[in-house]
Amino acid sequence: MPGTIVEKLLNNHLVQGTCEVGEIVECKVDLLMLHEMLGDQIARIAREAGLTKVWDPAKIVTVLDHWVPAPTEKVAIIHQEYRRFVKDYGLVHDLGINAGVCHVVVPDSGFIKPGMLVVGSDSHTTSYGALNCISTGIGATDATIILAKGTNWFKVPSTIKIELEGKFQQLVTAKDVALHMLKMFGTDGMNYKSMEILVQRPESISISGRFTIANLGVEMGAKCVAFEPDKLLDAWLATIGISGYKTVLPEKKAAYERRESIGLDTIEPLIAVPPSPSNVKPVSEIKNKDVDQVFIGSCTNGRLDDLQLAASILKGNKIHQRVRCIIIPASRQVYETALKEGLIEQFVHAGAIVEYPTCGPCMGGHMGLLGPGEVCVSTSNRNFPGRMGARDAEIYLASPATAMASAITGKITDPREV
Amino acid sequence: MTTTRAWKLSFEGKNQGSAWLLGNDVSTDDIISGKYLEIREVDALSKHVLEGIVLDFPFKIKAGDVIVAGDNFGCGSSREQAPALLKHLGVGSIFAKSFARIFFRNGINIGLPLITIPGDVVSAFKTGEKVVYTIDPPVLENATSGKRFQALAFPAFFLNILRHGGAIPLLKADLAKKK
Repeated sequence: MPGTIVEKLLNNHLVQGTCEVGEIVECKVDLLMLHEMLGDQIARIAREAGLTKVWDPAKIVTVLDHWVPAPTEKVAIIHQEYRRFVKDYGLVHDLGINAGVCHVVVPDSGFIKPGMLVVGSDSHTTSYGALNCISTGIGATDATIILAKGTNWFKVPSTIKIELEGKFQQLVTAKDVALHMLKMFGTDGMNYKSMEILVQRPESISISGRFTIANLGVEMGAKCVAFEPDKLLDAWLATIGISGYKTVLPEKKAAYERRESIGLDTIEPLIAVPPSPSNVKPVSEIKNKDVDQVFIGSCTNGRLDDLQLAASILKGNKIHQRVRCIIIPASRQVYETALKEGLIEQFVHAGAIVEYPTCGPCMGGHMGLLGPGEVCVSTSNRNFPGRMGARDAEIYLASPATAMASAITGKITDPREV
Repeated sequence: MTTTRAWKLSFEGKNQGSAWLLGNDVSTDDIISGKYLEIREVDALSKHVLEGIVLDFPFKIKAGDVIVAGDNFGCGSSREQAPALLKHLGVGSIFAKSFARIFFRNGINIGLPLITIPGDVVSAFKTGEKVVYTIDPPVLENATSGKRFQALAFPAFFLNILRHGGAIPLLKADLAKKK
C-alpha cells in the first residue's frame, strides 16, 4: 500500500505499473516548467521528433531566467528560439523575460498546488515540494517526451523522513539547516530517494525557508522533497489566492528507509567550503578568509525575507571597499516590494550592486563571474570548481545573514559577530 | 544533440577502447561549464568538455573509449549537454559506482549506456589501459590485468531505449504512427 507522500502522489497519477518502491511506473504530469533550455535544446529536439502540437498548452509554464537580459548575441538567439517555440506551439502560460527566477515566480504566480506532480527542465525543481507536492528536475529529452505525451516514467523512490524540532537561534536560518542536512547526508545520500519533512512547529520555518530546504534537496541527490502540509502552508496559499486543493499526508503505517530528527536550536551559522556543497563547517571556524565578492540572490535565497535579513545585518554599515556585493532579487515582485520597503536604497547606498532578477552569476552566466583565485561568499546552491567562473575561484555557500556580514567586514564572518 | 561519429556501439558483441579514470562527484559543471552553455554548435561546445579536469580530453578521446568513475557521477545541473557531449565525442559507455539521478535519466534518454558497477571499479583501472566491454550483459574487463566486473542487466525498458539510440527515435516512431 502506498504510504509515504511520494508513494501516494505517484499512485494518484498512475497510468501504468504498480506503485511499489523500486518499480518503474508511468505517471501523468500536472505541470511542466521550462526555461532557457527550451530555446537552447528542447525546441530542436521537439522539431527533430516531429512534434506538431503539445499535449496540453495549459499545463506548461515557460520562463526566461538564466541569462536576463541576454548578455551576448548567442544568448539573444537562444531567447529568440524560445519565443518562436512558445508562439508556434501556442504555449499560453509564458512568463517571459520580465518575471524572474523560475523557482520563485512559478509558485508565486499560483501554478503550484499541493498534491500535484510537477517536472521542470532544471535540477532545482525540487523546490516546489515546500508546497506539499512532488516536483523533480529532468533534462531536455524527458521534457520533449512530456510535451508530446503528458506522461513519463518514474522509478518509485524509497523515502527518508526528517522531523525538524524546536526553533532557530537568532540569525540562524533555513539555509543553515539545509547545510546541516548536506553535511549529514553528503552529496549523494539522498540519490534516487525522496525526502519527506515534518516541521514540528509550523511557525518555526517559513514557507520561504521551506523552499530553500527543498531547493537544496537536489544537492543531496534527492529526486524530490515533500513537506507535510500545515496551517502555515494554508495561510501562504491563501495569500496568493489558491483554494480548492487537497493536501497529502503520509499514512501512519508508511514505510521509511530511515528516520532522522534535527533540533533547530542546535544549529549554528554554517558554510559550505569548496569544492563541495556537503563540505560544511561552522562559519565561526573559518578565520581570516578575505572575500572578493558576495552574491545574495538565486532560487535558493533570493526571496523577500532573504533581502530583509541581509538589510537587517547591514543596518547603517557600508560594504567593505574590497568587496563586490552583488544583490539580485529573485523576482520582479520581490524587487518591487524591496524597493517599496526601502531595502534597495539601503543596499545601493551602502555600496552594493543591485541587479535585475536573473540566475546570473550562480550558474556562471553573467553579472559577476569570478577571476582566478578569487573568493566569493554566495547564498546560491553550488560551489563546484568553475561554477561561477574561474576553476580555481573559491565559492563558499552560506545564508544571506552570513553573506552580508562577510560583505561588511571583508572576511568570512559569523553574522552574530557584526 | 544527437549527432555522433561514425563509430557504432555494439549491443551484441564486444566493444573495445581505452579507459579514462575519473573520481567521485564529477558534476555536470565539470563535464561542461555553465559559462559555455551559450554555445549552441555541438562541435564548438564539445571542445570544452572536462576542461580543467582532463587535459585535452576532447582532442585525445577515441571513439569507443569508456569513462570509469566513482560515486555520484554527473551530479548537479540537469543540463543534458553533459551526457550528450560525452557521447558526441565518442564515449561508448560510462562505468561508475553510482550515477546522479538526472544524469542517469538523461544518459539513457540520449542512448548512452550508463552502467552501475558495484565494488571498487576505480582502483582496477588506470587511464589509458585497454578495456573490453559488452552492454548486454553489462561487463567491463581490463584487457591488461584481466580484472572483470559484471553489473546487473539493464531492465528491458532501458535496453529498448538504448538499442534505438535514445528515447527520441522511439518518440518519433510513436508520433509518426499517430498521424
